[in-house]
Amino acid sequence: MYDFAYHKPKSVADAAAAVKKASDGKLMSGGMTLIPTLKQRLAHPSDVVDLAGVSDLVGIKVDATGVTIGAMTKHADVASSADVARAIPALAALAGGIGDRQVRNRGTIGGSVANNDPAADYPAALVALGATVTTNERKIAAEDFFKGMFETALKDGEIVTSVSFPTATKAAYMKFPNPASRYAMVGVFVAQTASGPRVAVTGAGPAVFRVKAMEEALAKSWSADAVANVKVPAEGLNSDIHASAEYRAHLVTVMAKRAVAAAG
Amino acid sequence: MTISVSMTVNGKAASGNVEARTLLVQFLREHMGLTGTHVGCDTSQCGACVVDVDGASAKSCTILAVQAEGAKVTTIEGLAESAEKLHPMQEAFREHHGLQCGFCTPGMVMSAIDLVKRNNYQVTEDIVRHGLEGNICRCTGYHNIVKAIVAGAASMKAAGV
Repeated sequence: MYDFAYHKPKSVADAAAAVKKASDGKLMSGGMTLIPTLKQRLAHPSDVVDLAGVSDLVGIKVDATGVTIGAMTKHADVASSADVARAIPALAALAGGIGDRQVRNRGTIGGSVANNDPAADYPAALVALGATVTTNERKIAAEDFFKGMFETALKDGEIVTSVSFPTATKAAYMKFPNPASRYAMVGVFVAQTASGPRVAVTGAGPAVFRVKAMEEALAKSWSADAVANVKVPAEGLNSDIHASAEYRAHLVTVMAKRAVAAAG
Repeated sequence: MTISVSMTVNGKAASGNVEARTLLVQFLREHMGLTGTHVGCDTSQCGACVVDVDGASAKSCTILAVQAEGAKVTTIEGLAESAEKLHPMQEAFREHHGLQCGFCTPGMVMSAIDLVKRNNYQVTEDIVRHGLEGNICRCTGYHNIVKAIVAGAASMKAAGV
């Protein structure tokens, strides 16, 4: 790891100022992706700005309309929140399946969405539930937020402060985890939302995407059989040592079936 | 960038000057001389480096020492009451032969204790097998580790630790 200047500001405003002032500043939340990236010398930031000192980024608020999770809230705390489990059980279950226990004890929702790893779990929940990402500057709809592989709508120095999820009448997430890394080779989040059924896929492509054909099928009949015959094309999907694009395309249908069945 | 860090390690105040890039595991092993915490994969997958940071298990190869500023850290060296009296979980690993080469053992024991406490001392084989997702052992096949943790949970409850 190359060395860097370390900052631990106490407010979002100070954090944003520190990143802007640095020649190549990087924000750090849980560090579960950033630290391995630095260790491999894949990044060489001049400054690392640790958000762990910004206490008002931590916390979970639940009301009748949905769940708002502070950006620095850890996966383990979302997974074990009785309020989240009551309001959107699929979201608590998703958080409880990220990485392993030790990763969940450090990794945060804000870090996960800002990083936008193609195999991260949270993006599927955000897009399927129609969540809103709040930053220090604006509110961004989840579908406009995730742009591509490790790319988001965030501008330099813009900081995710919270994510708000509306409740859904039905929802479930099913993934086929890589047996070693636990990253989703394919993960499918299905939700029956106020604007109809939504199906979001992570792990399969460069970034999270919706499967409109499955959503239309579910609008006609909410059942695992409805999505069983909907295939997604392999073209453009990820192909690597873990799975070919064709296999990932196949898994999308399998995981969608399981998710609809689990959602009930 | 050199930074002064202070934390509590195994109940004692610990401080030192480190580079910003110094990992917690390097601070523990190289500055504190606590070499019980191992570096296995160095990519946050194997769990040999697991320590307890403020009541939650964490992989010390993926935490900067400066992130642990002010934290209470417990390592494998901080578990036993004395040289003669091991922690009940360590004793259970010995009793059930939950190790062969022993390299993964410090991390296994640290994760096991966190797992047992989180599950209110009631663990089943299934809970243990899933709970150990972040710890890899290359020799035992896990069977005796799982047996040790189930037994260790009962011993921890009985001993009130």
